[in-house]
Amino acid sequence: MKLNERSVAHYATCDSPADHTGFLRKRVERHHHHAHHYGTSYQRRWFVLKGNLLFYFEERESREPVGLVVLEGCTVELCEAAEEFAFAIRFDDAGARAYVLVADGQATMEAWVKALSRASFDYMRLVVKELEKQLEEACKSLAACRKSPRRSSSSGRKRHLSNPALLPLQEKPAILENGYSTWGSGGCVPGGASGPDYDEGQVKPPPLPPRRRSATGSATGSPAPGLSPAMLQSPVSPDTICFSKLHDWYGQEIVALRREWQERQKRGY
Amino acid sequence: MRYNERELLCLARQPAEKAAEIRMSVPKKGSVLKKRLVKLVVNFLFYFRTDEAEPIGALLLEHCRITKEEENVFSISFIEEPERKYCFECASEEQCQEWVEALKRASYEFLRRSLIFYRNEIQKMTGKDPLEQYGISEEARFQLGTHHQ
Repeated sequence: MKLNERSVAHYATCDSPADHTGFLRKRVERHHHHAHHYGTSYQRRWFVLKGNLLFYFEERESREPVGLVVLEGCTVELCEAAEEFAFAIRFDDAGARAYVLVADGQATMEAWVKALSRASFDYMRLVVKELEKQLEEACKSLAACRKSPRRSSSSGRKRHLSNPALLPLQEKPAILENGYSTWGSGGCVPGGASGPDYDEGQVKPPPLPPRRRSATGSATGSPAPGLSPAMLQSPVSPDTICFSKLHDWYGQEIVALRREWQERQKRGY
Repeated sequence: MRYNERELLCLARQPAEKAAEIRMSVPKKGSVLKKRLVKLVVNFLFYFRTDEAEPIGALLLEHCRITKEEENVFSISFIEEPERKYCFECASEEQCQEWVEALKRASYEFLRRSLIFYRNEIQKMTGKDPLEQYGISEEARFQLGTHHQ
């Protein structure tokens, strides 16, 4: 399958913000041309996390990544390798390899595991939707307060209350590509939220994307046991879905996957 | 550059944000428009021959420019090579606009900017940081303003 590799490599090395960087030792896998027959070896690489993409370079100054791990649908776990501070990136599908990485200390290991487990596009999308909803609610309560001025509290808010049309829009980002034009041009909307998905006259909560992966690895994305399908398949509505429930649900899936993985370890896979 | 193709192929089989049969051309000399199944999944655009299960290719949609071209047509190009365009001819102007809007929102960078925007707005309005309850308020990627590493 082709990939726009040149552009991907450019994205890796351009100065858009990286979410996490650092040296890690990467375990060499069995069929790698550097692999030995006995024992495991590790290669020190410079890792750069941008969004849901984990790039690795031979050196920190290398102009091109030697590799990329697309992180969508992965789980990140501490692992009981012979090495201390080791963790693994694993994928759902049967027979998929794991990426075993070794940090140089407890703190860096924890920071990487934290950054990688929340690196997926899906996770980011959920957070954004939740904030969108919260902003909508904040605007509504602000509008309600405006109707009865005696209820207004802090002086900071009075500024907004007296001039609802002047809710300032955040200054435009420097990068003009992909996604810029849907906001920044909308200006201010009295009494309402100004944001990327704002439709004139009403704010529509976007539908929840269907569940991508399940603990059982089924391609249809059937929900994990114990959770109602309605929660997952129906379009999101602010009354029925809340982010912390989904956050917990992701956590449940991680627990289930870990259990599965540990069982596989016991069986000697 | 090595990459986990297997996982990318798996991603291509996941439910799509958007999928349609669209005529498409690649930025290669002599390339013509061909009917493809085009599928948007997270920040990747996969394209398949209409009768095949495995995609011919994938486009990572970061740092790309989505341009409305002539009627029913839009293109995707990348910052470092703006003349090399992937062209898509839709069945209708409406479909074309829908795809342009969807693709413009389909990058991680866009989500990041949206998040920072909402966070800032909520903070200004309520005085509270909405990310604190999720324990992610200190993460570098959510801070206001660009940061260089």
